[in-house]
Amino acid sequence: MEFILQPWPWYVSGVLIAMIMFIMLFFGKSFGFSNNLRTLCTMCGADKYAPFFQFDWKKQSWNLFFLLGAAIGGYIATHYLTLPDYVVGISEETIADLSKLGFDRPDGYVPESQFSLEALSSIKNWVILGLGGFMVGFGARYAGGCTSGHAISGISDLQPASLLAVVGFFIGGLLMTHVLFPLIY
Amino acid sequence: MKNIKFLIAGTLFGIIMFKSEAASWYRIQEMFRFQSIHMFGIIGLAVGIGVPMVAIIKKVKAKDFSGAPIVFQPKAWSIPRYLIGGTIFGLGWALSGACPGPIVVNFGAGFVGYLVVLGFALLGTFTYGVLRDKLPH
Repeated sequence: MEFILQPWPWYVSGVLIAMIMFIMLFFGKSFGFSNNLRTLCTMCGADKYAPFFQFDWKKQSWNLFFLLGAAIGGYIATHYLTLPDYVVGISEETIADLSKLGFDRPDGYVPESQFSLEALSSIKNWVILGLGGFMVGFGARYAGGCTSGHAISGISDLQPASLLAVVGFFIGGLLMTHVLFPLIY
Repeated sequence: MKNIKFLIAGTLFGIIMFKSEAASWYRIQEMFRFQSIHMFGIIGLAVGIGVPMVAIIKKVKAKDFSGAPIVFQPKAWSIPRYLIGGTIFGLGWALSGACPGPIVVNFGAGFVGYLVVLGFALLGTFTYGVLRDKLPH
């Protein structure tokens, strides 16, 4: 049990993610999370605004159950599978870089200054979270997939398109981290 | 309920994402600064197992639990679609510190800021759907 309560090392996690991909293939589905965003749009009536959303969303309901499970998994992990006083063990170099941008030394899983309920009283935070989310949702559908669909499933299938998408993920991520973060924070 | 198995798979996925710290904003920052093997190890190992796994599934023409063949849909090649779309996604991944799966995992873990991220991710997908015909693909 002690091993489960500790953070899981990358060489355990990598194997488990491959296992999830295999389970989904065995269930006759492909592992791709961001398709749910399109399905949720359709359920909310987006099919009245664009043909892109005109499809039978009920055929995608299996993926919504996967999404619901992901939220339940996050709840279980944080409430029952984590030690008190747990702090993400990132490298000292990253901590030093982030402190230059004004971030405190990590004291949990994500920065409270940005993701807690209190943080939502800051307009700047709303812009950061909103813009970040918008680009994730827009970019994932534009690129036809996210980390699970392209970086894991697509590259496992040796799809050149997925490799290019992942190159794009890193161009965007590096640009945001190294060029835009110093301007934002 | 044939969907229960997807609920269970999703729950396992959520636990793995959280416990591996792949859903942590801090780990994403560390990854884009190349300051640890952690995230590269997770994705690299998953793919390192995934490539031979998919190759074997194709080679032996493996079937899923219902007896239907497991098929892989090839993705049509395009440069602007994957490069521009991917770059926009990457900008959002670094800014919010989470890709779509971990957004939901973090919300489940009780970080309410991710509900805002999720709401705007839906708005982003909706906007893409409306503008789709005007974008280079």
